[in-house]
Amino acid sequence: MAARTRASLADNDSIGDQLAVDMVCVIAPPTTYTIMAVDIDEQIALNESIGTNASSGPPTNDFLVHPSTDLMEGINRDYEIPNFCTYKKIELLLERMQDENTGLPIKSVKSFMSKIPSVFTGGDLIQWILKTLDVDDTTDALHLANLMSSCGYILPIEDHVLTVKNDGTFYRFQTPYFWPSNHGEPDNIDYAVYLCKRTMQNKTRLELADYEAENLARLQKLFARKWELIYMQAEAQIKVDKKRDKVERNVLDSQERAFWDVYRPAPGCANMSEQDVKKLMRRKASFLSSQPLLGNQRKSSTASSSTAPASALAFAANKNLITMTVGLLATGPAATTNAPSQSQTGSLRECDETALIDQLCHEIEFLKHRIDRRCLRTSKVCENYVSYYEQYAEFDPFLTTCEPSNPWIVDSIELWDLEKLGNVKEISSRRVKRWSFSINELLKDPIGRDLFWKFLDKEYSSENLRFYEACIQLRFHTPQQDVLKRVHDIYNEFLSPGAYYSINIDQRVMNLTKNNMTHLPSRYTFDEAQDHIFNLMNRDTYARFLRSEAYKELILGGKKKVSNDFDDKKQKKT
Amino acid sequence: MSIITESLDDLVREAEILKTRLEEERAKFNDMELTIVAENLDPLPPFSTKSRRILKGHQGKVLAIDWSYDKRHMVSTSQDGKLILWDAFTTNKEHVITMSTTWVLACAYSPSATTVACGGLDNKLTLYSLNMDDDLLTASGDSTAKLWDVESSTPIQTFQGHQADVMSIDISPSEAGNIFVSASADHISMVWDIRTGSYVQTFEGHESDVNAVRFYPSGDAFVSASDDATCRLFDLRADRQVAIYKKESIIFSCNAVDFSLSGRLLFAGYSDYCVNVWDTLKGSRAVTLYGHENRVSSLQVSPDGTALGTGSWDATIRVWA
Repeated sequence: MAARTRASLADNDSIGDQLAVDMVCVIAPPTTYTIMAVDIDEQIALNESIGTNASSGPPTNDFLVHPSTDLMEGINRDYEIPNFCTYKKIELLLERMQDENTGLPIKSVKSFMSKIPSVFTGGDLIQWILKTLDVDDTTDALHLANLMSSCGYILPIEDHVLTVKNDGTFYRFQTPYFWPSNHGEPDNIDYAVYLCKRTMQNKTRLELADYEAENLARLQKLFARKWELIYMQAEAQIKVDKKRDKVERNVLDSQERAFWDVYRPAPGCANMSEQDVKKLMRRKASFLSSQPLLGNQRKSSTASSSTAPASALAFAANKNLITMTVGLLATGPAATTNAPSQSQTGSLRECDETALIDQLCHEIEFLKHRIDRRCLRTSKVCENYVSYYEQYAEFDPFLTTCEPSNPWIVDSIELWDLEKLGNVKEISSRRVKRWSFSINELLKDPIGRDLFWKFLDKEYSSENLRFYEACIQLRFHTPQQDVLKRVHDIYNEFLSPGAYYSINIDQRVMNLTKNNMTHLPSRYTFDEAQDHIFNLMNRDTYARFLRSEAYKELILGGKKKVSNDFDDKKQKKT
Repeated sequence: MSIITESLDDLVREAEILKTRLEEERAKFNDMELTIVAENLDPLPPFSTKSRRILKGHQGKVLAIDWSYDKRHMVSTSQDGKLILWDAFTTNKEHVITMSTTWVLACAYSPSATTVACGGLDNKLTLYSLNMDDDLLTASGDSTAKLWDVESSTPIQTFQGHQADVMSIDISPSEAGNIFVSASADHISMVWDIRTGSYVQTFEGHESDVNAVRFYPSGDAFVSASDDATCRLFDLRADRQVAIYKKESIIFSCNAVDFSLSGRLLFAGYSDYCVNVWDTLKGSRAVTLYGHENRVSSLQVSPDGTALGTGSWDATIRVWA
């Protein structure tokens, strides 16, 4: 119910009686920690948030918590809050920074006429990171501090720009209540209330920055019809605020400001709370589809399907999602808003379970198969990586300087021009050497492929390569409708009795291929034959190519040239 | 009903037993760490890698980039709904195409460099002919991957198995590529047989969404990047994870990965605006490339290995060499 309200609010609908629900929430918990209690979802998130930060959380309120906590557990929290995984890591770090013994020195500083409570300096922070974490240098440490700040965990006490300087500037930790992991994306109504509240308190420290004043004006236009309510909410919050101790208010003001600096950043600042678009879509999809995730599957499939979409709507209130919300409301209203009857849920479950059984059987088959699979020792594969690196190191432009030069560094495309030349005489020995690594390397290089063709022609065995290339062509570059015809063409050209380019494959492979032909001919019909021929080429013809005079000449010719160059350079040096 | 539940529990139990057995079997073959094998290798030479080009022109976050096989052209898509074809070398824009949706999430050049394909939130896969290759593989938010027949615009093969969105795919570098690997938000990477449409291996380990995968240049292994701020190297032959690339001070999600030509360097783009360069074999960080002003969303080494292209939410693309 409440969630629905939020959605319709964001859509800027009429103010119905539903709005009253929101209002109730604001005024209902008149306890200590409620400046932001506008938002039901935030409350929920907070109440079930993980252990460490519960201490400073708001009071539990039965009305707010009860129906939705299970539902939030059923859904993977990772999906709900963008970058949740990262936030959790930052929070662990923050905890260590605040440790009484090994953490940062936090103090209250006297300045001019007033006192600045609970702050630390940027310099101390950087020193702590350098000492405690595995950062490489100060740049690295500063980078980390800046990012923690831009996520709203470390805040400058005055500035709207969430950055950290490595000097005596003062900073403060964000209170867990305002941690992004404890909130969904707040909506514009909340923002309006917040800005409105600041204009109503006549204090210089709360004065709006230019961009905030602009935002306020825009919001005022947008929510013109609801402005009275927003104003009332702001007033209510101020009332609560006034009961607070002056120092506490000072700290809280800065923390609340930092919260909004994260979600509505000052111009020029990156918004770190944004979610990857790909993932935004997934959040929506995971609610709409009735297919739960396997890992959490058992759990979430037991959660009533009527509850999930409600929170999907809550998300949709997110400002980025307004358009999607419209679609969401349009497409799936019947099933989502009305709780499905018992029988419906029952049949749904049964259906889920048969699917689940199928899935599990498949999974078991798969695991059995995998256990039987042959596998190599780790030491073996690791040695393999090392030798691969050793073989290719000289061709890796990031490790070995390019000959003649890397085009991106020197702004000359000489390298590419040289590569394009089809002239065998000009070819570098480095390039020729690479052909000897594997037949694939040879075939990848147009000149190499060309030479190999010539070599095969001379040996009267070019039909093998011809067949191989025809198979590749069939597999990757043939439209579906032509596949059948191509399969027959290839068969006639290479395999049929009396074929023009008859290839030599043994009886077993021939039978397999014929079998494939009579069943469903597809782009994979010749796989066995292709493998057979490829191996044949690899073992036999390719090996002979590497031993051929032509190839040796190229290698030697190239080497001579390089060593000459080298000598020249030496002479120049001396 | 109760019978079903019982057999369900049995099945779950059996699957779990098999899983443990698989792990035990694999552990037997895990006789040495990659870092130990690589201990005696020379350390990497000092790096002079710098940002060499900045491609400016997008008005929104750059969401995907791809190099053309001609080694100097690039295609990129952005949240501003534009698809731009760049000559990265001169930084000139050669074509700007306005898309039907503002959310174009992915793009790729065809091997012949004559077509670019892109897909977005409108659930359409659009091809722009520059002229046609014929098969195309896509990953999707409906937890499947699909192999398409371009001419008739119909799927040839659907790859089902992931429990959540498929975030990224990579096809094996060997010429007769029969397999591809996929990364998914269900924390698992899967290796698939293109022909049969079924998965042949699965790799677990990541603690959060897997955002990207890339084959090791030899095609025997692949690396995956995840929201848990780590990259992991999984070997297909050893059938297990052989290395992990992480640091206590790296806490932001990793969005994109690629290898240098020899496989020694692993480039990884993070949400913390940086590209970290890892020594694949020794498992340590070699250097950090600073420059972007927002999260690095995509990254690719150019086909001849001479440069690294990175796309970022700061609306720019950089070329590093």
